[in-house]
Amino acid sequence: MCGISALFAKSSSIERELGGLLAGMLHQLVERGPDSAGVALYRDPVATGTKLSLLSSGDGVDWVGLAEAMGDPVGASSVVAEHGDHAVLRVEADADAARAWLAEHVADVAVIASGQAIELHKRAGLPTSLLDRCGIRALDATHGLGHTRMATESRVTTAGSHPFSTGEDLCLVHNGSLSNHNRLRRELRRQGVTFATENDSEVAAGYLMWRLREGDPLNAALEAALEDLDGFFTFAVGTRDGFAVLRDPIACKPAVMAETDDWVAMATEYRAIATLPGAADAVMWEPEPAKVYSWSRAEVAA
Amino acid sequence: MTMRPSATFDTPAIAEIQRAAREGMYAIRGFGAKRRVPHFDDLLFLGASISRYPLEGYREACGTDVALGTRHAARPLRLDIPVTIAGMSFGALSANAKQALGEGASKVGTSTTTGDGGMTPEERLASDKLVYQYLPSRYGMNPDDLRRADAIEIVVGQGAKPGGGGMLLGQKISERVAAMRDLPAGIDQRSACRHPDWTGPDDLEIKIQELREITDWQIPIYVKVGASRPYYDTALAVKAGADVVVLDGMQGGTAATQEVFIEHVGIPTLAAIPPAVEALQELGMHRSGVQLVVSGGIRTGADVAKAIALGADAVSVGVAALIALGDNSPELAEDYAAMGTAPGAYDAWHEGRDPAGISTQDPELAARLDPEAAAQRVANYLRVVTLEAQTIARACGKSHVHNLEPEDLVALTVESSAMARVPLVGTSWVPGASVDPARRTS
Amino acid sequence: MSTIETTAGTLNLDDLGLRGVNRTLQQAAAGEGFSLANPNGLHAIAAGLRAEVAVDVLGHAGYYCAGMNQRATVRVHGNAGVGLAENMMSGRVDVLGSAGQAAGATARGGLLVIHGDAAARCAISLKGAHVVVRGSVGHASAFMAQTGRLVVLGDAGPGLGDSIYETRVYVRGTVGELGADCVEKPMRDEHLDELAALLADAGVTDVSASDFRRYGSARQLYHWQHPDGAEDR
Repeated sequence: MCGISALFAKSSSIERELGGLLAGMLHQLVERGPDSAGVALYRDPVATGTKLSLLSSGDGVDWVGLAEAMGDPVGASSVVAEHGDHAVLRVEADADAARAWLAEHVADVAVIASGQAIELHKRAGLPTSLLDRCGIRALDATHGLGHTRMATESRVTTAGSHPFSTGEDLCLVHNGSLSNHNRLRRELRRQGVTFATENDSEVAAGYLMWRLREGDPLNAALEAALEDLDGFFTFAVGTRDGFAVLRDPIACKPAVMAETDDWVAMATEYRAIATLPGAADAVMWEPEPAKVYSWSRAEVAA
Repeated sequence: MTMRPSATFDTPAIAEIQRAAREGMYAIRGFGAKRRVPHFDDLLFLGASISRYPLEGYREACGTDVALGTRHAARPLRLDIPVTIAGMSFGALSANAKQALGEGASKVGTSTTTGDGGMTPEERLASDKLVYQYLPSRYGMNPDDLRRADAIEIVVGQGAKPGGGGMLLGQKISERVAAMRDLPAGIDQRSACRHPDWTGPDDLEIKIQELREITDWQIPIYVKVGASRPYYDTALAVKAGADVVVLDGMQGGTAATQEVFIEHVGIPTLAAIPPAVEALQELGMHRSGVQLVVSGGIRTGADVAKAIALGADAVSVGVAALIALGDNSPELAEDYAAMGTAPGAYDAWHEGRDPAGISTQDPELAARLDPEAAAQRVANYLRVVTLEAQTIARACGKSHVHNLEPEDLVALTVESSAMARVPLVGTSWVPGASVDPARRTS
Repeated sequence: MSTIETTAGTLNLDDLGLRGVNRTLQQAAAGEGFSLANPNGLHAIAAGLRAEVAVDVLGHAGYYCAGMNQRATVRVHGNAGVGLAENMMSGRVDVLGSAGQAAGATARGGLLVIHGDAAARCAISLKGAHVVVRGSVGHASAFMAQTGRLVVLGDAGPGLGDSIYETRVYVRGTVGELGADCVEKPMRDEHLDELAALLADAGVTDVSASDFRRYGSARQLYHWQHPDGAEDR
């Protein structure tokens, strides 16, 4: 039960302000989700190697020291950003090698996202605290997703905060409540998907990861989700060059989409979109049930 | 040859299979769950003796008043007794019955509640304190009535059928009922189970804000849930801004629902209270912030006292109030026999042929209920259960029923001990006392 | 469409807050007019009005704009969110942009005109009001609609009129798969007259009533003991 926002820049001026604009959208959705917040920004893609978004179960991690320690075995490594219990590191190796090294050498640090462009920040507590402490407003990005959470049946923790990673440069935010996530989690575990929480949304993310791993393109994976996930959901999925939106066939949980020459946005409530420049003149609609909407940079350029 | 009936396929099970095969339709009935579930009867109070001192049972004051809706409302509902009348619709009940419930409640300084059919002028007039239910169907929903109400109860669910909507069969959709609901007369009416314009706690928060704006932040807003996951539902109702949480256990009544729903969905009232109280305590809202009203199978003053001791601020009675009105009375034995039933077993409330004139819209049958006499019976009953609750509270040394606490209780069975989270009598054992919150199921 | 006289001043939601603005509107006398600045998608704007006041919302509104309206004339110069004019009793609400889901939910009287599109569940559980949508409506519109009229100049999504009672639905464009128990019905003179009057009330002058098709209840779900039990899907 939550607030979602997604913003995709179609112009360089929006890219420069994207962190601030997304933060402004999220600020409007605080009442929908006062328990925790998260933001995924797609920015500064690395030509080689991987960006890792890391989450520690403690606050006292020496991220610079960790980067140095990783640098030797997995290639040059540097800290992109650090915010107490989480940080974004850049490594020359691929994500699997970095994950393996971390699993072997560092007990309490988890990879919450990885890819060439994604940088993921999330924490329990009021969304405004995330926006302030992580300096989201000052960051540029090509696109980003944000989430504010009102926890329903799983615990309020940073690990249980959205977005959830669904693979390289992929992440998912969810508003709603799935009704078959326990059964699905058990099946996915048998398929080798790991879960850190009892959260229903993490199951949706794990499901997408599994479908993509099996070779589905994103749209096909989302269409398969319509068959396999039961309950009420509005999803926004961030991809390397865009984002996608999907609602369940009944589509009770609210969602508004809007587009101008400069941006495409999606939010749980209109008030989040109203903060964007030119919102008053945007083309606006509510996404239809059981229909995948997606945007990518390639399409915009074409 | 020996006759050996099956324990699994017992007589009722066989009869139901035969009925289903014959009629091709599931069974519908009224009343509430009839199966035996762990209940307040399985708890006992520890009266005072040497370690604790009792109050004089007939003389020393023992308060029973309660204020509901102190969190946000300018005018909280102040009741003289912690026993209220639960929501029951005009439609399910006759206008006379609704009026009698209102008058009975008013005589003892407590509230009554509308139902899934709007507010009748009779019940508003008869009720000093009237709670207006705001339901998924929105039958008869009217902002003037909303402002006329003393509190608003947003109904998310009902103990007899959490996850289900209301039902009123055509026999009871008289011209007046139909007009109040904007429906054709005589149809079988099945209400929605979700509200038409919000779903989930995040949207509920916005709905509550709208209702407060329309009523100038004057009156309390309750949220009623059927007991299934009371820990989460209570926490979310509080997060969404509710003033009062109404928690209705599976023994709660209904005028008409599928039998399979009544008997197999939801959890017993006893098991529902502790998780709800735990949620309120964790949020720092118990007693002083958000009040908890419990219903579902409350019959006696002992039930009232036990519910309060477990953490409720007040209770609601529905079935018991109907019985006080005159439902299932032995005086009607002949009428019941003619219908193939008997006093104590009559549950065909959906059929509208109630010989007591309560669950009917038939003018002749409805006229059988004398609203004044029925109101007096309701008032008498409410007075008795309050006196009983006071009797127990005084024996436990309390000058107010609200000072009853779980530590005043012990359980007779392992099941009730685990559910009520009070020790098994004669031991200090509470089964399952350290449940991992992440594994919580209720 | 009748023009709204905005005689009195502008109320700024940024300065007065929702409570301040709504209290002013709720206490205003018949004939007064207001413009509301900076609505910015706030919820419950102009909810619970009771007098014949005129309100112009200068921008986009959030959930439950003009909720439970009685007598007032509210015009939103933008889009409106979920539950626009829900349970309206009387008066008139115009949205110059589009409306979110459940527009006109359970509305019992008055006229709601949506100049753009309406999303899912438009006129859900309608109880007597008239709803006119110049654009299209989303899925499950007129779900369980009881009485009143829904007029759609554009298209209607799938599930139109599912479990509908006595509401009449008029659609000019295409209709997705009809909901359970909803059927197309003949347009007789009385329907053409009724629709023409509705269009005139809504200020729609560029289309003809004869361009519409009518939908309503097959009344097969009115009684529980349906021969084949088919109502319980």
